Amino acid sequence: MSAAHLDTDELLALARRVADRARPGEEIEVFVGRGVTTSVKAYGGEVESISSAQSQGVGIRVVADHRQGFAHCGTLDETVVAETLADARDNVRFGEVDEHLGLARPDGVAAVEQDLWNEAVVSFASADKVAMALELERVVKGLDPRVTGVRTATFADGAGEAAIATSTGIAAAARSTTCSLSVLALATDGSETKTGGGVDIGRDPAALDVGRAAADAVDRAVRLFGARPVPSQTVSVFLEPRMAATLLALATATLNGESVQKGRSPFADRVGEPIAAPALTIVDDPTDPASLGASSFDGEGLACRRTPLVVDGVLQGFLHNSYTARKAGVGSTGSAVRGYRSTPGVGPQVLVVALGHQGHDELLAGVGTGVYVQSFSGLHSGVNPVSGDFSVGVEGLMIRDGALAEPVREVTLGSTIQKLLLGVRAVGNDREWLPGGTGSASILIDDVRLSGT
Amino acid sequence: MIEEPVLTKVLAHAMATGAEFAEIFAEDKRSSSAHLDDGKVEELSSGRDRGAGIRVVAGETTGYAHTADLSEAGLLAAAGAAAAVARGGGGGVRTVALTPVAADRGYAYEVLPEDVPKATKVELLTRANDVARSAGSSITQVSASYADSRRRILVANSDGVLATDDAVRTLFSVSCVATGDTGMQTGRQAIGHTMGYELFDRYDVEELAGEAAQRALTKLGARPAPSGQMPVVIASGGGGVLFHEACGHGLEADLIAKGASVFKGRVGEQVASPLVTLVDDGTMAREWGCFAIDDEGRPAQRNVLIQDGVLTDYMYDYLRARKEGRPSSGNGRRQSYQYLPMVRMTNTYLLAGTDEPDDIIASTEKGVYVKHLGGGQVNTATGDFVFGMTEAYLIEGGRITEPLREGNLIGNGPEVLRMIDAVGHDFAMGPPGTCGKDGQGVPVGDGVPTLRVTSLTIGGTAA
Repeated sequence: MSAAHLDTDELLALARRVADRARPGEEIEVFVGRGVTTSVKAYGGEVESISSAQSQGVGIRVVADHRQGFAHCGTLDETVVAETLADARDNVRFGEVDEHLGLARPDGVAAVEQDLWNEAVVSFASADKVAMALELERVVKGLDPRVTGVRTATFADGAGEAAIATSTGIAAAARSTTCSLSVLALATDGSETKTGGGVDIGRDPAALDVGRAAADAVDRAVRLFGARPVPSQTVSVFLEPRMAATLLALATATLNGESVQKGRSPFADRVGEPIAAPALTIVDDPTDPASLGASSFDGEGLACRRTPLVVDGVLQGFLHNSYTARKAGVGSTGSAVRGYRSTPGVGPQVLVVALGHQGHDELLAGVGTGVYVQSFSGLHSGVNPVSGDFSVGVEGLMIRDGALAEPVREVTLGSTIQKLLLGVRAVGNDREWLPGGTGSASILIDDVRLSGT
Repeated sequence: MIEEPVLTKVLAHAMATGAEFAEIFAEDKRSSSAHLDDGKVEELSSGRDRGAGIRVVAGETTGYAHTADLSEAGLLAAAGAAAAVARGGGGGVRTVALTPVAADRGYAYEVLPEDVPKATKVELLTRANDVARSAGSSITQVSASYADSRRRILVANSDGVLATDDAVRTLFSVSCVATGDTGMQTGRQAIGHTMGYELFDRYDVEELAGEAAQRALTKLGARPAPSGQMPVVIASGGGGVLFHEACGHGLEADLIAKGASVFKGRVGEQVASPLVTLVDDGTMAREWGCFAIDDEGRPAQRNVLIQDGVLTDYMYDYLRARKEGRPSSGNGRRQSYQYLPMVRMTNTYLLAGTDEPDDIIASTEKGVYVKHLGGGQVNTATGDFVFGMTEAYLIEGGRITEPLREGNLIGNGPEVLRMIDAVGHDFAMGPPGTCGKDGQGVPVGDGVPTLRVTSLTIGGTAA
């Protein structure tokens, strides 16, 4: 009956039907996406809200005479999809000629098949979702007498499907499920209120760990009581895995063909040169099924693949989609990223840092004076990936003589991305797969400016 | 968008399981955009998104479901899904009589963007590109974006509210990269208003492009910002993001109710310097955050949040107001029909004072002058907030001297509000912004006159 009951193969069939309408001299790419999510929020021992949401849409890219146009619609209704194709065709007339424009073509690289769909997520009963959200809030409140409540305690799950077909021979479809628990705990001591977040995420609702998410949130909230600014000084910075993922994302933000070709990467002409300390090796690897970001196909329907970016501190190369690859005279690295609302960009999908030899505690023991970062603030306003300027607010704990010491807040850490990479002293062996998909580990960086009193 | 008999029927269905409140929010959004980068118009893009969200409230619980299918069957299915939360209740048949809400945005759109030829929009991009590139040989890259949207919404609820709005927004931005001995620097400038294509009768894209280029060029010679605390002067129109973060979010009633704000229980208290009068104003004609009705059907309002330093009120959405037995303040907003509404700011600004702007700078011995602010972030529970400076200078001996590299400033909201010791008479609104909260982005505006904070921590790298 309705579009909601199409399965993934039917999404691909829809994409193919539209792509097959290509006229001579015209290339058409059709990306169809659909997602179903539910979210249950608990508050004050009651269910605060239950949302069930289904979204779907089609993005159509048309290339003709080396010009490109795009249009999207938030429905799978074939009448509207046909109008959207007409819109995209009309938009082609206004794009400028670029000889490298064109769609992806099958490149012979076999996709690594991934089993990312778990029927247990789809069939998980509403009552169980509600029970889990309520339990999460209850456990958080019971862990410490200073916990006054939560801002939100949420169970969420999602099932996503995507299909892509082109008139150039691409046809790919994939689907995946996830589920998660997340909580923001509030703790009060005297006049101070602190927050701490905890999360657990996976592909199996039965494996979600309420206790783990709750303990994580409460530990983080209560360890900040009494935090105050410290004097400005130069420090070492200890990033536990979830914070280190931020550094990995910033480091690789401009290691792509688009930034390089448009003169926006500070690392543009540095391939083969050291851009980081030898301790740092970063790979983009969406083929690793351990990651929640794993996938078989990129946003243009090419097989995902493993791409080393930085090995022992030396820059290996850049990520490409088919456009930037063509312009650079190389092959795509299968790094097109997109939703149905936009044309494919290019970027990392699953960043993985190579592990070092020391454990978390061993790494910590080697720090003289440092900051153990619990949270960053102002990443969007204080980090410029083009200039590399880096200035962010932090809260966390001071490290003194190898041990965690007094809590600190209302201070900033300042440096440049270039300098942070060269300042990496060590990567830990404490692998953690994060909600965003990153395969992270603790990272210790020397010589960062702390600004405080 | 949806006929009245269908609305009544869907509301009745949503209430059938015993809910106390039901609401239909329908949205039809058309958008178009064009982007130029690396000297070329890359592509034009068009979009259409249409759907409805059904909200049902039973006791403490809200149920929400949305659909892209605006037929009667589609709406009834979504209503049934949302109503599932109220299954324990009594139920029964209730018919809602809908009464149109009179809400006027107070001005008309002159030129609908959909009536403007695509070629004309594209030409704006190439003009901006040419001007930015001619600003100097150090300008090595330019991108420019044009975007317009027309968002028609309809809200009908079981209180009998029936309201509609038609919001047209037009946005233009230019970003430049300048390259010199010290590496690359960036400059961006944007204009955006809740109006049609007449935006370009009021603003000159070439002037905008020149400003973006100049910002990047200036920073090529910038030195690292200092680290530590010092006085900070914020320029008129540089961005009210300071107040948006320092106290705006902390005055949202949903956060207050959960004990997640340092401003909880402080209405009637002196929370700021007597120089501070802060307003959130959804009625401000043509500004980026204005509307005729909010996303719950409530007409936009002008709300005074802080009067002469005294906290006067919080901002409310329907649900929070209902729990406290008071009217909503017209601050219930959502990103799209796919989301539940919550308390959000609109256009948030500090009223002008009486100080002479030049005197504020001249009486600052050593400090930082922030001409243009970037985004920011706040932890409302602690009050600690940051905001970025995208164009800033050192003040030495009462004079603006050298440009500084980018960075964040950090402070604590309640402390910073008390440390405002000068407010100029030169009020101006800042550039258009997008405010993010719990994963939803909505358009907001802000504005300030020149003002001084006696001490903020500058997140630089210089000793």
